[in-house]
Amino acid sequence: MECQECKENKATVHFAQVINGDKTEIHVCQKCAKEKGYVSPDEDAYSLHHLLSGLFNPNPSALHQPTEQEKEEREIQCDKCGMTYHQFARVGKFGCAMCYQTFAEHLNPLFRKVHSGNTVHEGKVPKRIGTDIYQRKMVRDLKLQLQQAIADEAFEDAAKIRDQIKSLENNLNQHGEGEA
Amino acid sequence: MGLEQFMNEAISPWLKEDGPDSDIVMSSRVRLARNFDQSPFPLIAEEEHLESILSFMEKGFNHRTFQQYKELEFVQMSELKSVEKQVLVEKHLISPHLADKSTRGAALISKNEQVSIMVNEEDHIRAQLYFPGFQLEKALEEAFQLDDWLEEKIDYAFDENRGYLTSCPTNVGTGLRASVMMHLPALSITRKINRMIPAINQLGLVVRGIYGEGSEALGNIFQISNQITLGRSETDIIEDLKGVVEKLIEHERHARTLLMDQSELELEDRVFRSYGVLQHSRIIESKETAKCLSDVRLGIDLGFIEYISKSILNELVVLTQPAFLQQYAKKMLTPNERDVFRASLIRERFTLEQREEY
Repeated sequence: MECQECKENKATVHFAQVINGDKTEIHVCQKCAKEKGYVSPDEDAYSLHHLLSGLFNPNPSALHQPTEQEKEEREIQCDKCGMTYHQFARVGKFGCAMCYQTFAEHLNPLFRKVHSGNTVHEGKVPKRIGTDIYQRKMVRDLKLQLQQAIADEAFEDAAKIRDQIKSLENNLNQHGEGEA
Repeated sequence: MGLEQFMNEAISPWLKEDGPDSDIVMSSRVRLARNFDQSPFPLIAEEEHLESILSFMEKGFNHRTFQQYKELEFVQMSELKSVEKQVLVEKHLISPHLADKSTRGAALISKNEQVSIMVNEEDHIRAQLYFPGFQLEKALEEAFQLDDWLEEKIDYAFDENRGYLTSCPTNVGTGLRASVMMHLPALSITRKINRMIPAINQLGLVVRGIYGEGSEALGNIFQISNQITLGRSETDIIEDLKGVVEKLIEHERHARTLLMDQSELELEDRVFRSYGVLQHSRIIESKETAKCLSDVRLGIDLGFIEYISKSILNELVVLTQPAFLQQYAKKMLTPNERDVFRASLIRERFTLEQREEY
């Protein structure tokens, strides 16, 4: 099989890229693979990590001039570690836990691409620091239910939910004071 | 003591035990990526941050015992020779990244080498647990306990919506990478595996050869792992992987039966030719070694060869790797010297095995 890029050499790097079920097969020679950035010289040839950086830039063409808005986005900077969005998009790695908040509004499209449409964690919660998280999540869910109950004019239910929220919030407050 | 054993024994103690379906599934692994809440991730962190994580981990966990995993040994990368780091990579105790890129990296390795906790890899913590054979659920269960044990001391970077926060977006959420190492000679000989890989990819799973290099799987050994870490629970991820591995086992067994029915003599010929090559060659490359070892292993599984233990093959797979050879020879070897040394080591090992029989 010949290389699909240069059409001269034998294709030795083969891989399939699957994004949300859309599959593209790529067959290139070692040289083109390096030039196109599919592999870096000394690393695993088809790790997804290396294909990632392309996902950040919907229009990677060199001719593409960044708009004012895009320029602004690039300059968003993480207070904690100093990483800018531009740097993050280039290396494809976060600098610290805070980056997840700093770049929050740009992350959903990225996560959807990488994790087949998912953006929210399902699964383990840390045992020790997680207790509050569970309770806060419950408070949030209950507040939504409360709004719904009020909208439905189901005031008895609303009162019950309000009491539940209160008791959970008291718990959370006490816990917070206990730690301090 | 610890480091010496890691360096001198090719086969990890846990790998000597037989697990379920171990004729096809060599090992199951679960890895969890975790980070410290308050410290920048290793890729951009300053030396002092990395140092403080190292000393935190050393103080907190060096020589500690977690359940049956005794005496975690804190091994610092900066104190190892490059060939020693390579040996740990060949034994899958650390990642190539930790060996090559991380200046302030370390690993906490249990005495039986079943648990390895990498420190300052791409993430602050990469805890992994191996089991022989096909035991993904068991591996996850114990990895969770190991995770809880670590969390007693470490404040993890965790977000209610995003889960465990990791350096790379491909690990966020559960931080879980579950994988199995499979020996699939019959699916490879019949080329069925090539048609199955794209289907497996569609399910969000990745298939690769154990020695990396493109899509070529040397020695017919394939690693299957999950790619998606966000939006699915750990149990669901493991279930998906388990389902696919069960199918692969079924197909491999079926392909073996077909091969035996249709071309038993050719198969037997192939097995014994490879056996002959391993027993008698004077110069042998790693690629040929991997191929022959795969044939002999298949020969044992099918009953053509009865007098060799399966574990000798697991051992030779590691023993014949470049760094381990040099560690064994106690000197640097050129590629040509390696091929000669490899051949003599394999001959020696097979002779030893036969002598034990008498």
